[in-house]
Amino acid sequence: MAASAPLRLLYFAGLRERLGTAEEAIALPEGIATVGDLMAWQRGRGPAHAAAFAEPARVRCAVNQDFAPPDAPVGAGDEVAFFPPMTGG
Amino acid sequence: MATIRVQQADFDIGAEVAALTAGRTDIGGIGCFVGTVRASTAGRPIAAMTLEHYPGMTERAMARIADEAARRWSLLGCTLIHRVGRLEPGENIVLVVAVAAHRQAALDATAFFIDWLKTRAPFWKKEIFADGGEAWVAARESDEDAAARWGGGA
Repeated sequence: MAASAPLRLLYFAGLRERLGTAEEAIALPEGIATVGDLMAWQRGRGPAHAAAFAEPARVRCAVNQDFAPPDAPVGAGDEVAFFPPMTGG
Repeated sequence: MATIRVQQADFDIGAEVAALTAGRTDIGGIGCFVGTVRASTAGRPIAAMTLEHYPGMTERAMARIADEAARRWSLLGCTLIHRVGRLEPGENIVLVVAVAAHRQAALDATAFFIDWLKTRAPFWKKEIFADGGEAWVAARESDEDAAARWGGGA
């Protein structure tokens, strides 16, 4: 059942360290339809999450390994990654 | 057309250029950029750098950057290699090679590749300082400006 598939959340770099986790699987929270919804939900999870997601402009997101803006849809079974602005090269 | 690799091991610049040009006589220009680890940041000595990435997405993002370059320039080939893991001062980080019939396409595509790799592929650098401290490298606005000068989206 797609509707009951967990949401896979990944965290990288400084965000991973602040949250103390690289990956988790959660049931899609009620009322979450977009990346922006998920970011707002993250801020309500506790002090560490509130701090890590305090500045949405400092957090980038990818849904199923494609960069995703705040209005991008998210659904059950998706792989959603959160990370700081990239510093490769 | 594009060779894309993410690896811990070092790369051989000469061998990578040779692989792109072997047996070809249509190439007139080879653009090449190599990024390396500096021994200090703002005067603070660093012992090493660690590079983290998002396996799977990284290769996808690099392939998209190569596709975008192929739309913009008449390239005859390109190679993008980015190292990950622990790297010490003087070591290579990234290699970009672009080959074309004429120099302008090769040089412009090389600059485009490194500008977009810095800001549009999921890599993150952490500096390990000689005094024991460590810090994630902050994204620089100048890097974003450099990427943005080429136009186009993410």
